[in-house]
Amino acid sequence: MAVRRLYPEQPLSFAFTPENLAWAKREIAKYPAGKEASAVIALLWRAQEQEGWTTEPAIRAIADMLGMAYIRVLEIATFYTMFQLAPVGRKAHLQVCGTTPCMLRGSEALIDMCKEHIAEHQHELSQDGDFSWEEVECLGCCANAPVVQIGKDTYEDLDPELFAKMLRDLRAGKPLKPGSQTGRQTSCPAGGPTTLLDEPKRGTEKV
Amino acid sequence: MLQDKDRIFRNLYGFHDWRLAGARARGAWDNTKGLIDNGQDWIINEVKASGLRGRGGAGFPTGLKWSFMPKNDPRPSYLVINGDESEPGSCKDREIMRHDPHLLIEGALLASFAMKAHTCFIYLRGEFIRERERLQAAVDEAYDAKLIGKDNLNGWDFDIVVHHGAGAYICGEETALIESIEGKKGMPRLKPPFPANVGLYGAPTTVNNVESIAVVPDILRRGGAWFASLGKPNNTGTKLFQISGHVNNPCVVEEEMGIPLRDLIDKHCGGVRGGWDNLLCAIPGGSSMPMIPAEQCNDLTMDFDALVKLKSGLGTAAVIVMDKSTDIIKAITRIAYFYKHESCGQCTPCREGTGWMFRVLDRMQRGEAEKREIDLLYNVTKQVEGHTICALGDAAAWPVQGLIRNYRHVIEERIEAHKAIVKEAAE
Ligand SMILES: Cc1cc2nc3c(=O)[nH]c(=O)nc-3n(C[C@H](O)[C@H](O)[C@H](O)COP(=O)(O)O)c2cc1C
Ligand code: SF4
Ligand code: FES
Repeated sequence: MAVRRLYPEQPLSFAFTPENLAWAKREIAKYPAGKEASAVIALLWRAQEQEGWTTEPAIRAIADMLGMAYIRVLEIATFYTMFQLAPVGRKAHLQVCGTTPCMLRGSEALIDMCKEHIAEHQHELSQDGDFSWEEVECLGCCANAPVVQIGKDTYEDLDPELFAKMLRDLRAGKPLKPGSQTGRQTSCPAGGPTTLLDEPKRGTEKV
Repeated sequence: MLQDKDRIFRNLYGFHDWRLAGARARGAWDNTKGLIDNGQDWIINEVKASGLRGRGGAGFPTGLKWSFMPKNDPRPSYLVINGDESEPGSCKDREIMRHDPHLLIEGALLASFAMKAHTCFIYLRGEFIRERERLQAAVDEAYDAKLIGKDNLNGWDFDIVVHHGAGAYICGEETALIESIEGKKGMPRLKPPFPANVGLYGAPTTVNNVESIAVVPDILRRGGAWFASLGKPNNTGTKLFQISGHVNNPCVVEEEMGIPLRDLIDKHCGGVRGGWDNLLCAIPGGSSMPMIPAEQCNDLTMDFDALVKLKSGLGTAAVIVMDKSTDIIKAITRIAYFYKHESCGQCTPCREGTGWMFRVLDRMQRGEAEKREIDLLYNVTKQVEGHTICALGDAAAWPVQGLIRNYRHVIEERIEAHKAIVKEAAE
């Protein structure tokens, strides 16, 4: 468990954009009548995408939309660690996986680079406000360790050189290519596949 | 080695089309209606005959689990598919959801039908954003092709809701996952009642792992006997192994249950970094499973029963390999930190114990401890294990126990070395 609190400086209000509002209504309709609360994570997530972080007015507005008590939605926002409770870097917030499989393949060096090139502490903005970083737990990509997630994408098979290039490209506003940074195909062995060497066949033969 | 013709995940690496057309070309959605027409009992019996054991970690027989759903209950039934995949080392469900989503969707229909469920929720961890987009696109394709939905071609009204979390390992525990879908904090429930009786929205619910469900269409098409003929007795079928850490080529690969660990590493991962003799130990089934030291790895087979005999477990078949350069205390300390971070906090032994274990290990890693604290630490793991609502407490205790069982001498040496330095500095 970690202590997670709301940021002291909050915007005055929150409203979904019309497109997001229409999307939110469709999302709520996926669940049985009376179970609107089921949509709470999805709505908070969309609000975070819209605002950049999770704000108190958004928490209240979503509670009202779903007929939930404010405290229940506040609980969700503080329990689930992907909700950023403070503003993050304008250009990118880097989530560096630090769990053992990534550590074994060098994530500590990436974390040191974040400290040096972005900000000394996690969740702290870089001086220009463009970047922030945090150490996260296993991202579910361990066969491609070490891994950094930025927004919706993961950047995999990193080492300090590849990561330094990523940081430079991010600063320069160059687009990054998600996935393995060494060019291998997803979680296929680096030297090429050891299985599935034929064209896929219909697997329906009976034995 | 498993032959390609017996592999279920024929687009494991995404070399081919994940869309409906591609999945169909690989044999998915072939006469699904015929399978459904064979009836509920036939499906459950085939799955029982296949010997399939749950792929989410605990290895509970899948067919048996399905048969626990109450019959003739007036409440709706639900299938909930667990795609939370957060156990460190695990990265297989991701490959299914992004590269062969139709295997999962067809399996969801067949499994739901077998349990008389008309709605299935698939819960993905929040970080899997691209995987979620991909899976949702495949679900939409299945609706458009009338494979699922109301009045579909397969004759069983069926809806799928793709749901997601937002960063909390504990939501992989089945009752926490249910709480999370209901819009609450992911805090595990006390059992009983079990989900089959009181699950999602208070209705009968079965929770299954992504891989458990995705193999069902192939089992039904090729026959339970085919699946049962692979692997070893009581440990049948194929399995997605995920190998990370100090191997030359980390990867995900489908192999036969019971494959020797050494074959897995040598044939698919290009060997241990620096050669087999450079192996220190391997964690066989995700971070919660105690490590197996190299001496016991030589002829170790990768299946539920063999690993339980060594006081470890197959878990999710996520193999974390560590070579001799590894600081084993530090590696386990980082695992202890993970469990401290992910404890939901509702049971005192877990909330306090995980923090306590981490802090002691953190000192031990630097040698700043007393030797008597090793026994004290072991004792604390025993006070956490088995005294909590869910198995996260056990998961946090086991790797620490494994460390003390196998590497007590390393901890002692570290403490002695530190003492020597302090003494030298004082003189
Ligand atoms: C702390 C904890 C985390 C878990 N995480 C997962 C997970 O990420 N994915 C999963 O399928 N099962 C996970 N499980 C196991 C589930 O509770 C459940 O047993 C499983 O989803 C059942 O599916 P199966 O019978 O198909 O294996 C976890 C269990 C515990 C105690
Ligand atoms: S064992 Fe830990 S994670 Fe599980 S319910 Fe108790 S406090 Fe929560
Ligand atoms: S440990 Fe980093 S992705 Fe799993």
